[in-house]
Amino acid sequence: MKARIALHMMCLAAVVLVAGLDYAQAQASPEFTIGYLHRPPAKSAISLLEVPAANDGVAGAELAIEDNNTTGKFLGQHFALAPVELKDGEDPAAAVATLGARGVSLLLADLPPDALLKTADAGAPRMLVFNVGAADDRLREEDCRRAVVHIAPTRSMLADALAQYLVWKRWSRWLLVAGSHPNDKLFADALRRAAGRFGAKIVQERTFEDNGGARRTDSGIVQVQRQMPVFTQSAPTYDVLVAADESDVFATYLPYRTWDARPVAGSAGLVPTSWDASFDQWGAVQLQNRFIKAFSRRMSALDMQAWTAGRMIGEALAHAHAADASTVLDFLKSPDFALAAFKGQKLTLRDWNQQLRQPILLTDGRTVVSVSPQEAFLHQVSELDTLGIDRPESKCRLK
Amino acid sequence: MRAHVRFVCLVTALAFAGAPGARAYTAYVSNEKGNTVTVIDTEKFEPIKTIKVGQRPRGIDVTQDGKFVLVAVGDDDTIQMIDTATGGITGTLPSGPDPEFFAQDPAGKLLYVANENDNTVTIIDIEKRAQVGDVQVGVEPEGIGISPDGKILVNTSETTNMAHFIDTQTRRIVANVLVDARPRFAAFKSDGSELWVSAEVGGTVSVIDPAKHVVTAKISFAVPGLRAEAIQPVGVNITKDGKTAFVALGPANRLAVVDATTHQVEKYLLVGQRVWHMAFTPDEKYLLATNGLTNDVSVIDVPARKVIKTIQVGELPWGVVIGSR
Repeated sequence: MKARIALHMMCLAAVVLVAGLDYAQAQASPEFTIGYLHRPPAKSAISLLEVPAANDGVAGAELAIEDNNTTGKFLGQHFALAPVELKDGEDPAAAVATLGARGVSLLLADLPPDALLKTADAGAPRMLVFNVGAADDRLREEDCRRAVVHIAPTRSMLADALAQYLVWKRWSRWLLVAGSHPNDKLFADALRRAAGRFGAKIVQERTFEDNGGARRTDSGIVQVQRQMPVFTQSAPTYDVLVAADESDVFATYLPYRTWDARPVAGSAGLVPTSWDASFDQWGAVQLQNRFIKAFSRRMSALDMQAWTAGRMIGEALAHAHAADASTVLDFLKSPDFALAAFKGQKLTLRDWNQQLRQPILLTDGRTVVSVSPQEAFLHQVSELDTLGIDRPESKCRLK
Repeated sequence: MRAHVRFVCLVTALAFAGAPGARAYTAYVSNEKGNTVTVIDTEKFEPIKTIKVGQRPRGIDVTQDGKFVLVAVGDDDTIQMIDTATGGITGTLPSGPDPEFFAQDPAGKLLYVANENDNTVTIIDIEKRAQVGDVQVGVEPEGIGISPDGKILVNTSETTNMAHFIDTQTRRIVANVLVDARPRFAAFKSDGSELWVSAEVGGTVSVIDPAKHVVTAKISFAVPGLRAEAIQPVGVNITKDGKTAFVALGPANRLAVVDATTHQVEKYLLVGQRVWHMAFTPDEKYLLATNGLTNDVSVIDVPARKVIKTIQVGELPWGVVIGSR
């Protein structure tokens, strides 16, 4: 009986193998197709400079594919990208199944947290998902999955990176202003946690209610100039206004308009991010130039996160030569994996929740002011683990 | 008239030779941010001159006849030629865009330049000051090494993480060897038996058998009290007898002294911040190392394996070369 099952299994394996060969021959196709599932790009932003390009993120992945193919030329490997846009609220399961049928086992995803989890569950265990767009800590904590690797920095990593700098600057009294949407509140939670960890004091909290209204009006600036000073008046003594406004409702209006002459940080002013178009350290100018040449625009943080995921896959396949989810994941979690991503040090994976360790840039929109972790924030394993939720506090149990 | 010219030459020569002595070599340090080259007298180990050059000087070398110092000025897209007799810039070489690092063939006729922006290595005839060819390589070519017999050119590409072996006759790639992340520098032993490739982000040096194109050993570094991320090997210099190697560890602020036979690290020497490239004096008694963030150069007594002096140079020193004089 046992033998018969084994035989069946072998036949099945043989069929799968032959089918795979047929597919490859029929298509004369790339050996590795990487999927890219994404939401529609946001259509508006307070600042015209921040309206995302139609190919935001996808372009970064395409550049990584091109870089991988240059390496692949020498290794006999070829990569291709299969981008799929989901409508808002669309169940990703059908798209995951279609990609799976095309032989895709590695999938980049720029999706909201619930859609990301559905994608991971629909693809598991044969598909490995690279989260390039969702900053939610819960995806790395109580909702963590073995089938998901996280490239995007978490809200807690971003908040910690900012807090370390503000504390180093001795701007330790914060006026915290949060938006009224759930993601704004989550970022405010992360900032509160960071203040507690690094010794800053939140002297007062305020909420900026989003009462609707258009971002773009021809004479809006007249009202904003009066509205923001009034909103920030009568605050206790503070050093810096820290804004949590992921929804892009008000923070951009704060610098130069606060009642007291104070700097702004968080969602405007000094902003923590994985990438900035002005960044040129550690060879980054090479990547910026390649990107501008290829896409005639500047490289965004989402582009960088997608590029990083694409390069992680390239590295894994250059060493492991097999695109199945578990081989790639094993390599990325092994000591052999170290990614060069223009951040001045190697990026590695936190093995307990599969989050990419990375320095965080602090940008004022024209230049990079600093890079965290700051000097003197020490850690027994990696200074990068001073950013975000560390192993001993983690709620993640990978399954 | 003629006598007058000769007199000027003599004065210049004396000025460069420094005080009379046995080991009067001249070292040239490229200062990436200062847009200058600092000239150092290696007997007194003191700076004797600062030469203004183009934008972002990095790779630096002396022609085999000793007449020119070549310095890659990346943001000016060229290599400048400094006349070693006068200290003046007397010409340029058509390096292609954004040259960072380059190397000469053993005959001193050809220059191989890594052009990071367009994934090529440009080949220049130094005497004719003209491009004579190029080779397509991986993403962001960086380090260049040439085998002692001049037959094989090795180029490392930073994002492809490979050492490409190029036949200098056919100018074709004959082999590719995967190394660790962001390979920066390639150095052959003088007998051609080993090629060492440093990986800045990977934190290792791969020892490659140049005949078989395989990694035969991997050197790792560990400094007590330093996180692994801070150990970023860049420059590699091996003594002519092939017995000792020095590896510059970047932000670890140390040089590793490696037994080049056993590939074991013997000692770490504390130098300045972000130590980058190095050069031996021709007699191999001293080694100079550039410390980018502290704007200085460390002088190492090679037999004693000790740092004996620090010399202030310009802003962000990057490369160093020593001319025999």
